Amino acid sequence: MNELWNVSSSPHVRGFIGTQNLMFDVALALMPAAAFGVYRFGPYALCVLLVAVGFALLTEYTYEVCVEKENTLWDGSALVTGLLLGMNLPPLVPLWIPMLGSIFAILVVKQLFGGIGQNVVNPAMAARCFLLISFAEQMNHYSGMDGISGATPLESLKSGGTVDLAAMFTGFTTGSIGEISTLALLAGGIYLLIKKVIDWVIPVMYLVSFTLFMAVFGGQGADPYYLAAQLCGGGLMIGAWFMATDYATSPVTEKGRFLYAVFLGILTGIFRLWGASAGGVSYALITANLLVPLIEKITIPKAFGWEGQRNG
Amino acid sequence: MGYGGFRGGVHPFPGKDITKEKAVLEYLPQGELVYPLSQHIGAPARAAVSVGDEVLAGQILGEADGSLSANVISSVSGRVRAIERRMLATGVISESVIVENDREYRPDPGIGKARNPEELTKEEIRTAVKNAGIVGLGGAGFPTHIKLAPGDDGAIEYVIINGAECEPYLTGDYRLMLEEPERILAGLWVILRLFEKAKGIIAIEEDKPKAIERMREAIREKGLEKAPIELCALRTKYPQGAERNLIYAITGRKINSRKLPKDAGCIVCNTATAHAVGMAVCEGLPLMSRIITVTGDAIAHPQNFRVKIGTNYTELIEAAGGFTCEPEKVIAGGPMMGMALTVSDVPVTRTSSALLAFQRDPVAKVKPGSCIRCGRCVKACPCRLLPLKMWQACKHYNLELFQKLYGMDCYECGSCTFVCPARLSLTQSFKEARMMVSNERKRTGTLSSDPEKQDRIKGKAQRQQPRAKAGGAIR
Repeated sequence: MNELWNVSSSPHVRGFIGTQNLMFDVALALMPAAAFGVYRFGPYALCVLLVAVGFALLTEYTYEVCVEKENTLWDGSALVTGLLLGMNLPPLVPLWIPMLGSIFAILVVKQLFGGIGQNVVNPAMAARCFLLISFAEQMNHYSGMDGISGATPLESLKSGGTVDLAAMFTGFTTGSIGEISTLALLAGGIYLLIKKVIDWVIPVMYLVSFTLFMAVFGGQGADPYYLAAQLCGGGLMIGAWFMATDYATSPVTEKGRFLYAVFLGILTGIFRLWGASAGGVSYALITANLLVPLIEKITIPKAFGWEGQRNG
Repeated sequence: MGYGGFRGGVHPFPGKDITKEKAVLEYLPQGELVYPLSQHIGAPARAAVSVGDEVLAGQILGEADGSLSANVISSVSGRVRAIERRMLATGVISESVIVENDREYRPDPGIGKARNPEELTKEEIRTAVKNAGIVGLGGAGFPTHIKLAPGDDGAIEYVIINGAECEPYLTGDYRLMLEEPERILAGLWVILRLFEKAKGIIAIEEDKPKAIERMREAIREKGLEKAPIELCALRTKYPQGAERNLIYAITGRKINSRKLPKDAGCIVCNTATAHAVGMAVCEGLPLMSRIITVTGDAIAHPQNFRVKIGTNYTELIEAAGGFTCEPEKVIAGGPMMGMALTVSDVPVTRTSSALLAFQRDPVAKVKPGSCIRCGRCVKACPCRLLPLKMWQACKHYNLELFQKLYGMDCYECGSCTFVCPARLSLTQSFKEARMMVSNERKRTGTLSSDPEKQDRIKGKAQRQQPRAKAGGAIR
């Protein structure tokens, strides 16, 4: 008998989409917003993004070499983390900020918890919160650029000023590098929806619950101008489409996703209305992330045909 | 219109174009024939012949033993050379009757008597099906005479003929519908005679319009337009032909792993099974052969064969022109649920459906990564399970949690593994866990027929389980 055939358990065919494809799709979907940020803030913003991405990859690689783990540089997840972190930084931060942030995100938040898929909170968000708390001055440094006014739209809104909605939608405003253009972020989000990388539940329910919360508690009623400004302002769009939908830190159950998104909307509202600092979306996200195991545990669906019955 | 039905499912490469236009060829075996006494669900049959006996085609070699079992029928005439243990395509080793073929195919005098099903009583129909050794030919191998005796005949509202054939590459059922639709209808008609309140439904996936058309014609030709028989086009997706999903797609009723189709008022038969019932009852011919699709890019001349049960797979490969090159993988059955073969020296059984040979094995190159919790498996699962959580339970050998996550409802369709971007062998670990659980249930007798007693035993076991363990592993 000279036959030496492969044996393996069924199925003997596999789909084409791998982890890498999903991560590169996310990176691609972030490109319009990142490119707009660079266009708006100039080459220094590009440096911030590159440093963030570079150090994310470097940290991942170094850690894996040090602990003799398999190299996962090419799965693209470190790339996405670095990019997201960079896009969530103000355009004028000193370069050691993205450096430190990326190391924190990859080393502490991701790798020490077991690597891809094992992290409890979103690495980019956790790193941003870490930076916001530790280096408040550098992280709130939006003024000083030619032709760009000092306060972010949300700051002026909070202090009773007016904002230019059209500018906020297209992105000709102030804010973090990647969060300013609602239009570019929406385009990326819709791309991810079409490619079925994410599903609609989390982003849509997040935005809907946030809007409802602001309409009730925002003090301006259902004023469309106010609500639209809240929706387009700050990190909400990038948070809803790219952070809240992070696989590792969002529930896998259908009901869980729903609960998680509603919870996010409410938390974001609370932090925006009554929180002391900027970054309401980031704090809401990491708080909600911590609740994901619990949410999943109470939302395990009944299997097909078990509706209304006990699993005996 | 397409009955979409269930949530989940996947779209693997269909691969049916290779053989779907190839008419079925009769293949006559050259070598010895192997008849495993266990080629169905339930107790193995009891050998009814001894070594050295002369047997005729259609003669009973093994008699159904016990309440859940089926006859084993000789498909050739010849001499019993041995009764010994042989390996099957599934890797199971079963006591088998080995028959030396005299190539004369002399029929048993008891077979081949045409009968009018209208004149038979229900009892006579069921006996005819039992004697013919018919089991579910879709792959499960559930003895058909037991399926057709659900207890209360009046409670059956649907008799579903499953022509979905959702497994990629398989074209046996398709060819059968094109070539012998009248026999399938005859089988359905016979089954409908057993269940006076039932409606017959022939369910075919939308991507087989010719089969749908051909069945419709056959209904017209037989003058059955006014009979309670309906054709139903199903949306094309895998696993559309899985019993639980099929019942839901057609009737909107749901059953779980603890229930049988009859609990939802349904009887589900594969097209080939209906065909066999028709032959057995109307023509008096027992189940002696079935269609096997021999295909794949390593097969020189892919083909659909009508094969005598017991034929060696190696002969089929030669009949299809042999290999074009040494294949990397050979599969008995479809690519989603079939078994990879180490050797082709195994017999065709009643539940065989295909032999696939591929030049390249796509799974060999796959490197499993880490679960990224993307939830694609959850979306693909036709049972609405959480494969990624079940996988974690398996990894920690937490069978308690595996069962709590409805792991025993998994029917191993492979959809989760197909979509997994991290390339994890989810289905494989579920197969292991399911086997461990069912062995454990058999050992401790937890699988009692009294559900209340089961709950009590389970509840006790769960209370004794330290809480930290159950909670710690869920995340």
